[in-house]
Amino acid sequence: MKKLLMLLFAAILFAACGGGGQDNAGETPKTDDAATKTDDATTKTENGNPSYDPNRGEGKYTKVEVGATLDAAMADKGEKVFGVKCGSCHKLSDEKLVGPGWKGVTSRHTPEWIMNFVTNTDEMLNKDPKAQAQLEICLVRMPNQNLSDDEARSLYEFMRKNDGIK
Amino acid sequence: MKRIKSLLLITMMLMAVTAYYSCKPKNAGTAVNSDAASKVYVAPGKYDEFYNFVSGGFSGQLSVYGLPSGRLLRVVPVFSVDPEKGYGYSEETKPMLNTSHGFVPWDDLHHTELSQTNGEIDGRWIFVNGNNTPRVARVDLTTFRTSEIIELPNSAGNHSSPFITENTEYVVAGTRFSVPPDNVNGDVPINSYKKNFKGYISFISVGKEDGKMDIAFQIQCPGVNFDLSHAGKGKSHDWFFFSCYNTEQANTLLEVNASQRDKDFIMAVNWKKAEEYLKAGKGKKVPAKYAHNTYNEKSHSATSEMKNEVVVLDAKELKDICDFIPCPKSPHGCDVDPTGEYIVGSGKLAALIPVFSFDKLQKAIADKAFDGEYDGIPVVKYEAALHGEVQKPGLGPLHTEFDGKGNAYTTFFVSSEVVKWNIKDLKVVDRAPTYYSVGHLCIPGGDTKKPNAKYVIAYNKITKDRYLPTGPELAQSAQLYDISGDKMQLILDFPTIGEPHYAQAVSADVIKNNSVKFYKIDENVNPYVSKGEGATKVVRTGNKVDVYMTCIRSHFSPDNIEGIKVGDEVYFHVTNLEQDWDVPHGFAVKGANNGELLIMPGETQTLKWVAEKPGIAPFYCTDFCSALHQEMQGYVRVSPVGSNVPLTFSTGKNMPAADTTAPAK
Repeated sequence: MKKLLMLLFAAILFAACGGGGQDNAGETPKTDDAATKTDDATTKTENGNPSYDPNRGEGKYTKVEVGATLDAAMADKGEKVFGVKCGSCHKLSDEKLVGPGWKGVTSRHTPEWIMNFVTNTDEMLNKDPKAQAQLEICLVRMPNQNLSDDEARSLYEFMRKNDGIK
Repeated sequence: MKRIKSLLLITMMLMAVTAYYSCKPKNAGTAVNSDAASKVYVAPGKYDEFYNFVSGGFSGQLSVYGLPSGRLLRVVPVFSVDPEKGYGYSEETKPMLNTSHGFVPWDDLHHTELSQTNGEIDGRWIFVNGNNTPRVARVDLTTFRTSEIIELPNSAGNHSSPFITENTEYVVAGTRFSVPPDNVNGDVPINSYKKNFKGYISFISVGKEDGKMDIAFQIQCPGVNFDLSHAGKGKSHDWFFFSCYNTEQANTLLEVNASQRDKDFIMAVNWKKAEEYLKAGKGKKVPAKYAHNTYNEKSHSATSEMKNEVVVLDAKELKDICDFIPCPKSPHGCDVDPTGEYIVGSGKLAALIPVFSFDKLQKAIADKAFDGEYDGIPVVKYEAALHGEVQKPGLGPLHTEFDGKGNAYTTFFVSSEVVKWNIKDLKVVDRAPTYYSVGHLCIPGGDTKKPNAKYVIAYNKITKDRYLPTGPELAQSAQLYDISGDKMQLILDFPTIGEPHYAQAVSADVIKNNSVKFYKIDENVNPYVSKGEGATKVVRTGNKVDVYMTCIRSHFSPDNIEGIKVGDEVYFHVTNLEQDWDVPHGFAVKGANNGELLIMPGETQTLKWVAEKPGIAPFYCTDFCSALHQEMQGYVRVSPVGSNVPLTFSTGKNMPAADTTAPAK
């Protein structure tokens, strides 16, 4: 009896002291929209999701108009962008540097996929099976280089030039 | 019997419990209510509700905390070098710390003031003062970087600063240590203070759009110690108020000799009047030497300009700019309520708080209700300007902030407490102990027209037993009180850097969305930028070698450099080619008698390194950037003077020859 009472009091005391407000601890934290979402990146793979179009990728580009012949002026602009923002990690040959070489890239991917990848890099790396397969080889996440739409498009034209389109 | 025993036991235990909970709190551990934790808990990944910009005191830096969590978010380097960020070490940032005394790598940062529009915090900049080598700095709140520092001539110890007018027209400064002016021979006996020493107040204009600072004018005042200040508001918009002590004009043992008079002064300055005199050509252009340093976010470099003239107005000659209001016992804080009607002086040796009325002051000046003059400045009759005194509020009042609901909160250093009192009827409403010896306090917007009075934060001067002991030197301490109810409620202790003096707090919404995420590489106009690896090069000019280098996850270009000779001054100009948020790269090279670089995306920074002996010096990225960060490194080969090793540089090309045995020595 005495022991029981002691226990009871200990429990009351404990409850009174310990109830000091970690009430929120069990709550699921909601990430602020500005905060990064890399934490759950691995769980967001859209592998096997039938609504995902792996040829288009994830991003705003659904249809990229590409001419029958090369737009040389645009390709020149793209080459300049390449020099500042891409050339550190990509060769124009098929040789891998940090990232894969660019030779043949326009035949490996659709223009939409490429445009989405270079402008929406983080989300593509989180979702797209082909992008993820490449990441497993390179092990460096491609940096988001914050390309404007214009830069991205001219860069694609430069890729075409590099692939021999005249 | 057993039953009785049990009953007895229960009774005893109940008594013990009651005693435990009813005993008077001896320390804050027992004073804290059980809901305190939930009030300060910010869940992982969630943002704090307020930014708290806290003076870093003798660290010379500005610290930024989140409230209510008390988490340290950033230390912004301002007046002191900061090797962590390369501030004061990179060639680009060194000019920020230039003064008329040359490069000064340290200062004592006391007060903070957020820019205002119409008396409300606009979240554009925060101004801070350097107390030792008198300076005022402006920190840009889109980048959280020091944009500008201006030195103050004719001053020594800039304490009553950097308080601002309601539309940030001016930021002020006032000399704490009166000294002989800069343009006269200052080689005079120290005990000739009364004759030779003067007190200067500076009004620094602030550009409406770009925030650019310039000393618009100085006012020469009697030689006293100017301590703190605050601008008028609303009806008192045209006025600024400065507390001053040592009206005894003592030059030694001020502890005793500057505490003789029953009353010192609050100096009321009509700055609109000063502007009129300035326009009328009453200012004298006086030779002076002071540095004005600005940081350009496009060239990512600072420039330092030495100014050589300042305009001075003489308060003795131009009588209606300044008036003295007597204020008991060496006043310290000088605070104006949100309506602009009440001016609270806090005599640090007083046991009461005098509150002055702006309307009464105006009438007194109009009626010439003076008690003679002090060194040529009219002294208003104490009673003529007084609204009333708070009787027995505590011991040693220092600073006051306001809640916008008619209450003032004043700190008491000697009696270690924050006291809430009603401004109109001067009655004490509530008091809360601080641990220990509180100095400044802060309510978000608490010195503006529109306080956001959810919390008051006390910045304590003494920490003692509040945290785990860490040897003789302890963490500095701040305490957060919930003031949303009638009673102040202590909810958090948090440690701070340096000695925290004044602080400002503002709703995060005012600032967080304007934050810059990276610098656009296209806009980089640093003369040493390399826009792409194709632009990298190494150029020798005599014994000066410029290395134009780039970095991106995860390599430098070039990463092999040969042909450097002993005694060469090598400048590594490193451009970060990344264009995304939170991808800085670091740069450090073995043996640099210097610091590191921390280069933000799109930025160029330069580290100077002198090659001192033949051999191989590695360099590497110091800021973990990717899975291959440990691979982000390079080598510089240093050869003896007269060596014929040609200057070469490359990335990924310098492959071993077939036979790679090292040559015998």
